[in-house]
Amino acid sequence: MDCIICPMSAAIEIKNLSVTLDGDKILRDISVDLPEGHIIGLLGPSGAGKTTLIRALVGRQHITSGSARVFGQPVGSPTLRHQIGYMTQSVSIYPDLTVRENARYFATMTGQSRQAADKLIKTVELDDYAHQLVGKLSGGQKSRVSLAVALLGSPKVLMLDEPTVGVDPVLRQQLWEIFGRLAEQGTTLLITSHVMDEASRCQDLLLIRDGRLLAYDTPDGLRAKTGTKTVEESFIKLVGEQS
Amino acid sequence: MSARKTLATTARVLAQLRHDPRTIGLILFVPPILLTILKYAFQAEPQVFNHLAPMILGVFPLTIMFIVTSIATLRERTTGTLDRLMTMPISKFDFVLGYALAFSLLAFLQACLVSLVTLGLLGVTVLGGTAPVLLCAVLAAFLGTNLGLFVSAFARTEFQAVQFMPALIFPQLLVCGLFVARESMARPLQWFADVMPLTYSVDALKQVTLHSSWSGTLTRDVGVVLGFAIVALILGSITIRRQE
Repeated sequence: MDCIICPMSAAIEIKNLSVTLDGDKILRDISVDLPEGHIIGLLGPSGAGKTTLIRALVGRQHITSGSARVFGQPVGSPTLRHQIGYMTQSVSIYPDLTVRENARYFATMTGQSRQAADKLIKTVELDDYAHQLVGKLSGGQKSRVSLAVALLGSPKVLMLDEPTVGVDPVLRQQLWEIFGRLAEQGTTLLITSHVMDEASRCQDLLLIRDGRLLAYDTPDGLRAKTGTKTVEESFIKLVGEQS
Repeated sequence: MSARKTLATTARVLAQLRHDPRTIGLILFVPPILLTILKYAFQAEPQVFNHLAPMILGVFPLTIMFIVTSIATLRERTTGTLDRLMTMPISKFDFVLGYALAFSLLAFLQACLVSLVTLGLLGVTVLGGTAPVLLCAVLAAFLGTNLGLFVSAFARTEFQAVQFMPALIFPQLLVCGLFVARESMARPLQWFADVMPLTYSVDALKQVTLHSSWSGTLTRDVGVVLGFAIVALILGSITIRRQE
């Protein structure tokens, strides 16, 4: 893997990361280095710890033991707030503001211009809805607003928690095209999903279950290693081997 | 801290309210209506109404802003918007001060309207003049906003958040001197009243009613209310954590 030859190219370095919440071990001893400029799929069943891992990496979740660094900086350090774009699982925009008001407010908070906000509304193809209250939009439209906010300031790393959940197939295709373009420009994307068929769109896959890292590989590598046709089958096979 | 981000937050909160005209209407028109009802309830004893009304001008902004802010910030905490903001390059004070400014501005409008009605239409006289009344009312609102911000950290649901009003504000209301003179209360209640902010908020308006010049007691009252407000603001920003 790239990162072993050239450690500097790892965008995210996770070492023995564990998170315990109210006595429950949510993440157990996760170690992995994630390369820059890749789309990395973080897959696993619900309750596996995907959201907690993302929250730990954006600095919102306290790490019980171990460490995580993004571009060499420990997670949660103030300089990273300029470099990480975060899309939470809930829509996390204001339903009682218009699309434009939302985008412009968060633009100011990330030190961006109003023009940058308006441009991103175009990027997610919501210019026709710019004056609509977010509360009146469909679920897919809301998640696009949320994505636009995460893209403010062209962050070098994007952490997207279930960005395609509840999204129709056409829009999902469009979103993955946007993600692909961003990766081409050098952005590192960590995207959680519990839909295994999205795995083929990622360059690397992290499979987690019960807070443990099951596998880290390319989709092809994973299928070859487990001798299966789909990532879903690989996952089931790996779970079987583990237990 | 950044003035630009603080003011952007103020503008954002006001924009949210602008999209909710019914809330604005309730905030602005309920207090004058209640005072009008009170006037005619005390029809037989107009001097009692004249004594109570100015003090009540300090109670409205505090209680209403307390409820509105505690619900608004609880929503920020539960919907994920605060989560998102805390990963952005902003100071926690940009957030809390932005909120406090927005609701204080709204409270100022509320105070202007209710004072205008009370001192104008309902014929209540205060010796200290209108400006100190407005100042006291806005300070009370600032305090209510900051207390609401602070206590929202202890509510998990909106049901809980609204219950904080009767739980935390009503006891203060009962002992603040509005219903009975504080000196005549049981001793422990007097001690309790002495350490509660609403007592000073209400007393400030009593001072403005009774004295034509700015008294030393008024300075003390205003100072205590402002002090409580600032402490609540700091505590409020402490309850907002970068990391959970």
